[in-house]
Amino acid sequence: MEPRHTISVWVENIPGVLSRVTGLFSGRGFNIESLCVAETMDPEVSRITLVSTGDEQITEQIIKQLHKLINVIKVVDLSEMDHVEREMALVRVKAEDKSRAEVLRIADIFRCRVVDVSAATYTLEITGNHEKIRAVLDLLKVHGILEEVRTGTLAIQRAKKE
Amino acid sequence: MKKMTGAQIILECLEREGVKHIFGYPGGAVIDLYDELTRRPNLKHFLVRHEQAAVHAADGYARASSKVGVALVTSGPGATNTVTGIASAYMDSIPIVVFTGQVPTALIGNDAFQEVDIVGITRPCTKHNYLVTDINKLAYTIHEAFHIARSGRPGPVLVDLPKNIQQASIVPKFPEEIKIKSYNPTYHANPRQVRRALDLILQAKQPLLYTGGGIVLSDAGEELRKFAEALQIPVTSTLMGLGGFDGTNPLWMGMLGMHGTYRANMAVSHCDVLIAVGARFDDRVTGKLEEFAPHAKIIHIDIDPSSISKNVVVDIPIVGDCRDALKQLNNLLLDKPARDWANLREPWLDTIANWEKEHPLSYTWSDTVIKPQFVVEKLWELTQGEAFITTEVGQNQMWAAQFYKFKKPRRLMTSGGLGAMGYGFPAAMGVQVAQPDAIVIDIAGDGSILMNIQELVTVVENNLPVKIAILNNTYLGMVRQWQQLLYDKRYSATSLAAQPDFVKVAEAFGAVGLRATKPEEVEPVIREAINTPRPVVMDFRVEPEECVMPMVPAGKAMHEMLLA
Repeated sequence: MEPRHTISVWVENIPGVLSRVTGLFSGRGFNIESLCVAETMDPEVSRITLVSTGDEQITEQIIKQLHKLINVIKVVDLSEMDHVEREMALVRVKAEDKSRAEVLRIADIFRCRVVDVSAATYTLEITGNHEKIRAVLDLLKVHGILEEVRTGTLAIQRAKKE
Repeated sequence: MKKMTGAQIILECLEREGVKHIFGYPGGAVIDLYDELTRRPNLKHFLVRHEQAAVHAADGYARASSKVGVALVTSGPGATNTVTGIASAYMDSIPIVVFTGQVPTALIGNDAFQEVDIVGITRPCTKHNYLVTDINKLAYTIHEAFHIARSGRPGPVLVDLPKNIQQASIVPKFPEEIKIKSYNPTYHANPRQVRRALDLILQAKQPLLYTGGGIVLSDAGEELRKFAEALQIPVTSTLMGLGGFDGTNPLWMGMLGMHGTYRANMAVSHCDVLIAVGARFDDRVTGKLEEFAPHAKIIHIDIDPSSISKNVVVDIPIVGDCRDALKQLNNLLLDKPARDWANLREPWLDTIANWEKEHPLSYTWSDTVIKPQFVVEKLWELTQGEAFITTEVGQNQMWAAQFYKFKKPRRLMTSGGLGAMGYGFPAAMGVQVAQPDAIVIDIAGDGSILMNIQELVTVVENNLPVKIAILNNTYLGMVRQWQQLLYDKRYSATSLAAQPDFVKVAEAFGAVGLRATKPEEVEPVIREAINTPRPVVMDFRVEPEECVMPMVPAGKAMHEMLLA
């Protein structure tokens, strides 16, 4: 499989910018695996975190082409540095009889939070990196996942330790 | 300062940007702008007869004048008709600003009459675009639009102007400065990279300069000549780069690529250092990528970082303005010990001269039928290579590139990247506006010319004495050539046997129509056209099945040329 790259893009917070970014990816045939956008502390700036796959040359092109967009302020390939990644998933799992306790146990082991309860289901909030979320979902699958919703990846560079 | 309407502000901005000429077509969503235009005698408006032509004309104007070209059209269909022109300018990095009318902001998104999301439509084919929704930002937006169009790697910018913004009034502020925190093109090439490049070039035994439109756009022709002559490095160029180096200089190799000269393509295949300047390794230039310049270390100078290592991985990337980088190279050379480059380069130049002897650019002469190449040669000869040439797209374009030896930059205007048929004639119109005293010739085909033939009215109305030389072979010649050579002569939909009488067409529009059917008529027709101070259409009935040669079939390597 081609390497995954987690790229942070700071953009001007004005209408149409997201469309410029996604249009660039579709127009040039680059992959987007996931995408997260929100305002930063400076309300004039938004930060996009996107995950893409591709070899070195493609990733270089992605970064250069992003830079070329007038509304893009800064682009950083976090994969090239020490960084932390998080995703979140909300999952509604069947939880009846015996499995009611088992689902809770899994939630506890992976430090998930129960955010909604009904007689037959639990809704869990899972946070973690891509692999952890997949691991939890795999374990819950046997009990029956009724609905799931996931964010893309968020990522931040680790602080320099000195 | 007193209050001004949006329409007044827009035209005031244009004057402040130094705009003198606008190519446009009115409509409901720009009626306020056109009304205001009646009070602006310094802005000369040319009424085209199709919006696509307005954009091509602005494009030709920009290339011939080194200024930003301006087009003005209405909303909806007026806006969508500009898309081909915009896409062409984008591919060729031509600075233009296109103003489109838009329905009032309150109606946007309502599927209103003549509403279209032109900002959405043109996002991938503009350098940048804007929808102005706040009149307070109008003047700044226009200033920024011009700045973006002309700076860095130039390109088209579109500004969408809702009708209510044109009608609203404020006391305007006209900005002097531009600050875009996210846009700051690199002009000055990194001196360390330039030094590394020069060291590599000085060690090369068989170096080759491969230049593109960047040479023309950055006015780097003189620095290029100095550098090439100092080190006796042969020069080839892309279609877009023609004229950036004198086509009569002994170091000139001719164009490279699909219809490049044998020696240029062989030189690329055998060079040991390739110096790409302001070119972008387009597929029509490289052919099969894996076999492009297989023995060469590659140096790539370009103002657009994304052009570098996009198609071909390069050894020494240099981001910056072509003229700046070449100037640095020339300055560094002054400090190097003098060497007898003419002597040192002799083996390489001899090899190239032999390739030229083996397969020169040529065609078979005929006493009875006009050869299209002969028409282009005659045009070159009778204008002393000084004319401004525009082309349509296809065989006419390639013959113009091969047989008109451009001596100066900004003399060839052609839709190089997009390859838009219908470009040449309206572009010629724009060139003639920018260069009123020059001889401007559109080298056309009988297919392409019909795509914007309506502009004959515009040139007649405005006394623009543009000449059109139709190489009339009764075919969509380039596609027919592929069918002829690669599809067993199955001429599917390429016959143009049904065609108008182009002489009568010219006359019907109020222009002059001339025709040549025999080789001996070519020169008199061209002479008469040049000496007629009016628009002229020349209908040259040429050999129908002539092919553009040499030819590298798509996807083949440069050395696998089909020769005549």
